[in-house]
Amino acid sequence: MDDTPRDMAPEADPRTETPHDEATIRARVWRGDRRGRFVTYEVPHRENQTVLDVVSEIQRYHEPALAYRFACRVGVCGSCAMTVNGRPRWTCRTHVKRVVENGEITIEPLRNMPPIKDLACDMSGFFDKWHRAGGRFEGTATRHDPPIPVDPASRKRKLADAGIECINCGVCYAACDVVSWTDDYVGPAALNRAWTLVNDERHADRRGTLDKATAQGGCSSCHAQGNCTTHCPIGISPTRSIAGLKRMSLLDLLNRRAP
Amino acid sequence: MTEARLFALQRITAMVLAPMVLIHLAVIVYAVRGGLTAEEILARTGTSALWPLFYLLFVAAAAIHAPIGLRNILREWTGLPPRLVDGLCLVFGLALAGLGIRAVIAISGWTA
Repeated sequence: MDDTPRDMAPEADPRTETPHDEATIRARVWRGDRRGRFVTYEVPHRENQTVLDVVSEIQRYHEPALAYRFACRVGVCGSCAMTVNGRPRWTCRTHVKRVVENGEITIEPLRNMPPIKDLACDMSGFFDKWHRAGGRFEGTATRHDPPIPVDPASRKRKLADAGIECINCGVCYAACDVVSWTDDYVGPAALNRAWTLVNDERHADRRGTLDKATAQGGCSSCHAQGNCTTHCPIGISPTRSIAGLKRMSLLDLLNRRAP
Repeated sequence: MTEARLFALQRITAMVLAPMVLIHLAVIVYAVRGGLTAEEILARTGTSALWPLFYLLFVAAAAIHAPIGLRNILREWTGLPPRLVDGLCLVFGLALAGLGIRAVIAISGWTA
């Protein structure tokens, strides 16, 4: 059997294909862990080329030991986020022509997470904070019960829907300055998740989620700088979700004190 | 006290302080006639029980609001132990309240 993977067969060999403008890109890529350095690779500049394409090309044809993460390549899985020219981005949906500066792009691992090797960083702290903010769904029914009807037009469902499409790419977490200076802060993704849960009528522990999301390092630590919202590739506004949690926390305290 | 309670207290006292600061500034601009002198101010504040009450509420709101904000700053920007930060901010709040109440008594004419 041919060594070439089946899905690779229709593609031309990238080493011989003529780039559309005959130009190459200098990709400065971070190599190593925290104590690494930038290594520059020259790759052909192609039409409809994404930053992930550049990284994959370097890994396949220049540096087989390059470590990075990706899976779906179509903006669904949230695996391939990296820092591109100083900003966190989903690389599979970031076209080179939108970010290239003077024929050069700089690619680093995401900020605010410990780098493991090259472009891969340790996301376990990011996901642990999800749980610290009460992000685990607790069901009220079993698989034998009929599905609970949820009105898509209800106010609470609309609020939950506004934040529900998060793909956990970590871009907002890397963009957040508060996370960078406060290790304790759970970050925008975890709080956005908590906001969708406190508005989800199927979630059994809405009280527990609100208590966790408003605890030390929770929503009150947010400075509403909006970096998360600016950088979210899906267009979610974690800032708005966190503002919702703050509002809910205030109203909850007032209501609880009422006789 | 929970984090949510401190957050709520800080926001509620901010809502109280904002209009009071505006009233405070507006009265200074409106009421000053013969220059900003201690005599003129004390003559005005001592004539009505409302002014001391106004400033008593002002002091209470500031003494709650400021230490909570300072606590957040110290927690974010210094590596001080959280318990120490809480203690420092409590002392700061009590000092603000003490100094503020002393000032309110002084402008009220209650001791005269």
